[in-house]
Amino acid sequence: MNLFIEAFAWLFSPDRLVGSSPLPLLIGQHVLYTLVSVLIAALVAIPVGYLIGHTGRGREVAVGISGAARAIPSFGLLLLLVLLIGVTRKPEAAVISFVLLAIPSVLAGAYAGLEAVDRRVIDAARATGMTEWQILWKVEVPLGLPLLIGGLRSATLQVLATVTIAAYIGLGGLGIPIIQGLALRRFDAMLGAALVIVALALVLDGAFALLQHFVLPRGVLAGRAKNVRTTSSRRRAVMGFPIEEGKG
Amino acid sequence: MIEFRSVSKRFSDGTVAVDDFSLLIPSMKTTVLVGSSGSGKTTLLRMINRMVEVTSGEIEIDNKSILDRNPVQLRRSIGYVMQNSGLLPHFKVIDNVATVPVLNGVPRKAAREQALALLDTVGLSRELADRYPAQLSGGQQQRVGVARGLAANPNILLMDEPFGAVDPIVRAELQQELIRLQRDLDKTVVFVTHDIDEAFLLGDQVVILEKGAKIAQVGSPTEIIAAPASQFVADFIGIEHGKRALSIRKTDRGSILVDGEGRAAGVLVDGSAA
Repeated sequence: MNLFIEAFAWLFSPDRLVGSSPLPLLIGQHVLYTLVSVLIAALVAIPVGYLIGHTGRGREVAVGISGAARAIPSFGLLLLLVLLIGVTRKPEAAVISFVLLAIPSVLAGAYAGLEAVDRRVIDAARATGMTEWQILWKVEVPLGLPLLIGGLRSATLQVLATVTIAAYIGLGGLGIPIIQGLALRRFDAMLGAALVIVALALVLDGAFALLQHFVLPRGVLAGRAKNVRTTSSRRRAVMGFPIEEGKG
Repeated sequence: MIEFRSVSKRFSDGTVAVDDFSLLIPSMKTTVLVGSSGSGKTTLLRMINRMVEVTSGEIEIDNKSILDRNPVQLRRSIGYVMQNSGLLPHFKVIDNVATVPVLNGVPRKAAREQALALLDTVGLSRELADRYPAQLSGGQQQRVGVARGLAANPNILLMDEPFGAVDPIVRAELQQELIRLQRDLDKTVVFVTHDIDEAFLLGDQVVILEKGAKIAQVGSPTEIIAAPASQFVADFIGIEHGKRALSIRKTDRGSILVDGEGRAAGVLVDGSAA
């Protein structure tokens, strides 16, 4: 526990507000890198995800690419990009690798959200005379929003954790005390910065949880409230395939 | 008037759902397409509002080919009611009913007022207007579905097994309601069902379909029961067995009618009642 006390002492020391990298600046940089990266990922992945979800085409390709993208080690990619596009463009290299990290989750959230909408509801919307755009905006997007926000939520947390490596190429953020602390054996600074990252993650996760709750369409919520006693909210412990009666 | 002229539908996987189908559907009458699953009845219905495009042949509404109409505009001019009501779960009842008028550019306020009146028409309390579909019973949802189908005041109403998923008591209620509505509104109703009793109850014209949408018989319920065109029709409507095959049995207290299985089905009343 001594280390924790030292870490808190480091965190709340007045020295954290002065010097070349004060803590509030590091927090600001960290959050800014996270938000910019997720925003760019959203601008790329949401339209593509909606296209896949609405047309039902290209799903396999998207699953394959995002699966592969998930497997890319961010740290290696970051160093590779710095070498490829030059040391003068480190921020761009960092943002590109964070965007690539965020895209799979956002993409999956976007198309899964659309795919989760009851086909019969979409069929009825089309049969009543909605254009494809109206089906997308009035039916699919509102009903798919909770899953999309879920995708943004996990993307944000992954990026927030990974932005730490930006400090390795000298870009600031809360990785600075961690990476410098490693060399100087300043474990109080390392743990203190790590705790701040954890706190940021919890705050952002909480904010997304609230957002997810508020974007849940009212009618869907109403339906769930009515069925509240018909299913257990506890997770099922049993794994395996559901029994399908009357088949085979 | 809706006219099918040598219409065929071959799906991309090679299945022929409809093969050379021709039929005249008269205006302001209820035409029921009835057949077992795989008879192509839903495909035929969905061809009328171009939810399914024909592979060959022509469909005309009032002597104008539907292929000349924009599909979206065509669908807005035709009411459509489906089995599971197909209501938008995130729209309130009132906005579900007002969907098509709002799409057609009617101001939201006017559309809502009109929607309230439609709730009366289909026998729903106005108090339900602000509920969401999930908060209604199955029968209420179907009524909302019918109200939505009527909202743009279409001449044609397509109904795809609209009462298939509700319990028998509610179904009987909804059937009577539809008969009443049809008496007041005089729509051209095209109704799809697999239930021959429902077909005979609602249809002015009943079309019995075999596999591949081959017409087994077209006619009024009376004509079909009096003279089934084939063994298939006779079996399908259960004329030689089951509850439509009634025979007279003498008992000590008078004559009763029994069905194909020998169960008492009713009594024979004097012909003057008919």
